[in-house]
Amino acid sequence: MGKHNTPMLDELEKGPWPSFVSDIKQQADKGKHILKEAPNDLLGIMEMSYVDKVTHWKHGGIVGVFGYGGGIIGRYCDQPQMFPGVAHFHTVRVNQPSSKYYTSDYLRKLCDLWERHGSGLTNMHGSTGDIVFLGTTTDHLEPLFYELTHDLNQDLGGSGSNLRTPECCLGMSRCQFACYDTEETCHQMTNAYQEELHRPAFPYKFKFKFDGCPNGCVASIARSDMSVIGTWRDDIRIDQAAVKAYVGGELKPNAGAHSSRDWGKFDIQAEVINRCPTECMCYGDGKLEINNAECVRCMHCLNVMPRALRIGEDRGASVLFGAKAPILEGAQMSTLTVPFMKMEAPFDELKELVEKVWDWWMEEGKNRERLGELIQRKSMQEFLRVIELDPDPRMVDEPRSNPYIFWKEEEVEGGWTRDIDAYRKKHLR
Amino acid sequence: MPYDPSNPLQDRITDIGPKYFREFFPPVIEKNFGKWVYHEILEPGVLVHVAESGDEIYTVRVGGARLMSVELLREMAEIADKYCGGYLRFTTRNNIEFLVSDKAKVKPLVDDLKSRKFDGGSYKFPVGGTGSGITNIVHTQGWAHCHTPAIDASGVVKAVMDSLFDEFGSMRMPAPVRVSLACCLNMCGAVHCSDIAILGIHRKPPMIDGEWIDKLCELPLAIAACPTAAIKPAKTASGLKALEVNAERCMFCGNCYTMCAAMPLADEVGSGIAILVGGKLSNRISKPKFSKVVIPFIPNEPPRWPSTVDAVKKIVDVYAKDARKYERLGDWAERIGWERFFEKTEIPFTHHLIDDYRFAYTTWRQSTQFKF
Repeated sequence: MGKHNTPMLDELEKGPWPSFVSDIKQQADKGKHILKEAPNDLLGIMEMSYVDKVTHWKHGGIVGVFGYGGGIIGRYCDQPQMFPGVAHFHTVRVNQPSSKYYTSDYLRKLCDLWERHGSGLTNMHGSTGDIVFLGTTTDHLEPLFYELTHDLNQDLGGSGSNLRTPECCLGMSRCQFACYDTEETCHQMTNAYQEELHRPAFPYKFKFKFDGCPNGCVASIARSDMSVIGTWRDDIRIDQAAVKAYVGGELKPNAGAHSSRDWGKFDIQAEVINRCPTECMCYGDGKLEINNAECVRCMHCLNVMPRALRIGEDRGASVLFGAKAPILEGAQMSTLTVPFMKMEAPFDELKELVEKVWDWWMEEGKNRERLGELIQRKSMQEFLRVIELDPDPRMVDEPRSNPYIFWKEEEVEGGWTRDIDAYRKKHLR
Repeated sequence: MPYDPSNPLQDRITDIGPKYFREFFPPVIEKNFGKWVYHEILEPGVLVHVAESGDEIYTVRVGGARLMSVELLREMAEIADKYCGGYLRFTTRNNIEFLVSDKAKVKPLVDDLKSRKFDGGSYKFPVGGTGSGITNIVHTQGWAHCHTPAIDASGVVKAVMDSLFDEFGSMRMPAPVRVSLACCLNMCGAVHCSDIAILGIHRKPPMIDGEWIDKLCELPLAIAACPTAAIKPAKTASGLKALEVNAERCMFCGNCYTMCAAMPLADEVGSGIAILVGGKLSNRISKPKFSKVVIPFIPNEPPRWPSTVDAVKKIVDVYAKDARKYERLGDWAERIGWERFFEKTEIPFTHHLIDDYRFAYTTWRQSTQFKF
């Protein structure tokens, strides 16, 4: 029985899925965290929200560590008398290692640090990928940051109008589809832009995310201002013997991904050839053929027959810009901007590109205007001029249907200055 | 030197970035980096990846509530030490992966994980979340930590995942089903491209805290924050500078409250849940697409949100029965037509579901092709 009576939250201890309520209670009972009352009071204030159906957290105040404008989010509850343990309950965002591998040793060091300086509650991980330490008081922030940097050799992540903590899929560390080293790219880009990450100077947030292939496991196309998605330019590599093994039933299609249901015998024609969005494949006489020039690399055939088909060898990434959630002008996905870029350390081409984008956005963007909204407001054409890219049909789904073209004076022979008197000599009023 | 409170800037270290990820790789991952050839899902939640060298790495994936205690993390560390040489990782969707290079350890690890339960009775480490099943719901902070939510996050997710639990541990869906939750339209969780999105929304315009608004807020910023220009300057009865909201123009986005704490809009009956479906991120077969609003409002029903749970379950069940293999939920709805989607799922179609914002026209039907 906790400090507060929480009959509604207790209902969330039932059922098979891991219960965050049980977990907070176990921390309250057994944990060695320094802010003793925090877990119990968190349950108390959440129970109050469950009764009231409204949050009891207030806007954050300006808190942080010296010299940084991000990484800490101030949080205060609106019933500090009743719940003193969470009266001040700031969030600390700690920059996760690329693709979130840990050793038990390092995980314990993070736990130790957070026991010394906070509530003992975390998010592993937050939506943007950070290790989130959930709930501490202002006096713990500087010592926590000192120990984080000195003892754990580890920095904070981003918050506010700055570069947010970049994130990537697990890439080449454990996936055969990775078209570039997402983890190294993410790490190097994060380190190259520490200034932008820690000291807000942008109109609004800016996110990088790095997907290794068009399957898009880290959702970059939906939620990052710059989405870098792996792709290749040459041919899919085919192991014809393995194709036959799939057809013959010796290999499990889809790497076993559909195996809890009987979908019948694998049918390469129906499941692969006919599903290809560009109809660029055929299968006959025991041989699979792909017209690679017509392939759009949707990944379906590779996903279905991973032991027979492999990504090409001339690999890199497509770079897309402008994704965001609905606030304010409506949700946007990123727009294909650079169809192909080689992705090799030290990633100078990518850095040069994003710096041009930032210069323009910082110059033209309004307060709280995401890049995607700026591109819509100023036009894709202007965006391309700024980043010095030639237009390419790959950048659009279709050409414009309205003919209202904003011609520039220099594009029109003789310019726009004309003489009305000369005109009137030929055309009487 | 330990931290010296009298001299906080002494020996300061800044801008060092994250830990280098390769320090945390299991040896077999380090050795075979970039040389993986294929993978296979051996059973729900258990994968093997095979490298050119013939080396294998086994992954056991378990679900987790994103809000985790240090006590639970320590237990994970202990499990990683016992079976995995001390290595583990987390996924984008808040799952935990235990990595093993010795096949003989997989079964004992899985059995151990399945045996661990919280005092309250729920599993600590349910195994699953792979292939054509329903993996963990990514979500936001909700009433646990956020000032703008319309709904809780962790509680709704817990209730929905309890009802989808069998799907987490199996792979019988036509294609992966990604469920996501954001507790307000800010969508720090970006749920707008999910097969099923559970979204917190408000339905009452902000209140104005007239006595305080000029002290707490930059009034022009709050005015400028409104996408429909519904906010204008006003004076209180006592003559203080304040704002007023043209309620008929309000679309309840909450952007003004983000800018100004004196304009709260969350409400016991006004706030609740909208359900969106049919989005996807992957480029597989069809292009990525947005989720569409199919249920405009479900009341907040703590502690277990039964109407929301039922709505999600119903959509999942109809989809699972009706869709073809490889068809994502949105692909299925497009093939059968949205009119059929509403018929089959028995969801009423109301005027709220017709777009009337910026890109509205692009979603109306300019065709005589429809189904009776």
